[in-house]
Amino acid sequence: MANNYYDSSDLKKFGEITEWSEELGKKFFEYYGKVFEEGALSAREKSLIALAVSHVVHCPYCIDAYTKDGLQRGITKEEMMEAVHVGAAIQSGATLVHGVQMMNKHKKLSM
Amino acid sequence: MATKSLLARKNKLSEPKEQLRFLSNGIFADGKLPSFTEKLKVSQQFPLNPNSIEILQINVGYMCNQVCAHCHVDAGPDRKEIMTRETMLQCLDVIKNTKAHTLDLTGGAPEMNPNFRWFVEEASKIGVNDFIVRSNLTILRSNPKYYDLPEFFKKHNIHVVSSMPHYTQDMTDRQRGSGVFKLSIKALEELNAVGYGKEGSGLQLDLVYNPTGAFLPADQKALENDFKKALKRDFNIEFNNLFVITNLPISRFLEYLIASDNYEDYMYALVEAFNPAAVANVMCKNTISVSWDGYLYDCDFNQMLDLKVASKVQHISAYNEKVLQNRAIITSQHCYGCTAGAGSSCQGSLPNPSEGGAT
Repeated sequence: MANNYYDSSDLKKFGEITEWSEELGKKFFEYYGKVFEEGALSAREKSLIALAVSHVVHCPYCIDAYTKDGLQRGITKEEMMEAVHVGAAIQSGATLVHGVQMMNKHKKLSM
Repeated sequence: MATKSLLARKNKLSEPKEQLRFLSNGIFADGKLPSFTEKLKVSQQFPLNPNSIEILQINVGYMCNQVCAHCHVDAGPDRKEIMTRETMLQCLDVIKNTKAHTLDLTGGAPEMNPNFRWFVEEASKIGVNDFIVRSNLTILRSNPKYYDLPEFFKKHNIHVVSSMPHYTQDMTDRQRGSGVFKLSIKALEELNAVGYGKEGSGLQLDLVYNPTGAFLPADQKALENDFKKALKRDFNIEFNNLFVITNLPISRFLEYLIASDNYEDYMYALVEAFNPAAVANVMCKNTISVSWDGYLYDCDFNQMLDLKVASKVQHISAYNEKVLQNRAIITSQHCYGCTAGAGSSCQGSLPNPSEGGAT
């Protein structure tokens, strides 16, 4: 067994999760596939959203997958980096907006 | 980026046997991945036999003004293999009698063959339904002696198919060399100026997209829309279709895959994307590829791997469509490139594809 938590070759085995729970696994992959089809949003736009979210949820498998997916779709590196910044801005904003809670508490406890 | 061919660099991958050995060893020898033959057998499509010949693809020489990083021909300015007028005359005899509806000239840069114009004129006189010239675009602007080629193409109603890996300079130049994008745009402007790619002109200008790295191409239609939008917006350039072609793991692209440590992942991706439905329409089913020295191959890729047709007839001088029909197509692991996802051919994605692979 690998002596580390993440192994890039595990991404190829993702489909194997179905072997231990067939119905749920199949439903998940069906749903997943459907989500990324062309819809009200283009598959290209969805790929960029997925890339941004991959960074926010710190998923190395997803980052590999959606960097490659973006390249396949002809998405430029500038577009990809801007998408990552969108994710980063929301994540840092989510941290900072809690500063208001800190301020509220500080004010309540202070004379 | 290398500025010389593998051959000029005396790289061992310039030898077809070395490439074929590499493609049969490693992950394909230790059972991690099935060979292409095994995969065909599982889907009951072995051996692969041709349908009737529809496309005659003639490679008029490996000389090129560019040294693209992914080139399966290992073309470049240092390649001296050029089709002679004598071999061209043999080709013209075949063109007169063939049932093929498409004549497809490729290289190298076919325009660099000194007999290129004469050959186009003679073939044009015979009357070809769809007469393709694969132009790398930059050649049209590389020397004043080529500046009139758009007019020449127009005169002979040539269907121009040109390489354009991306609508941005960065990605194009990384694959095809510094300065290629700007020169290609200039050439496209010249082609547009004589009517190519313009609605109603009847002059067909198609672009070919090869991925600019170790990844497979996405959906042809979506990429075509992005190319059309961007080229129109940024340069007011128009074209007809975008052909999406998967890079096959041979020659300089194989060298790149190995050097960048992407070879195994790329082969896994190709095998995983194997689409049995694409096999029925791969280009070797309806194409004969002719080399600069007149030998016959199942496709341009097999030509570069020196895998001549498995037939009594192996040279254009003895060309016989009936005899050629009764052959088995020679395959190896590089063929996974044409059967991945929606399939791939010199005419882009294959018709009637089943759905492509999900991430």
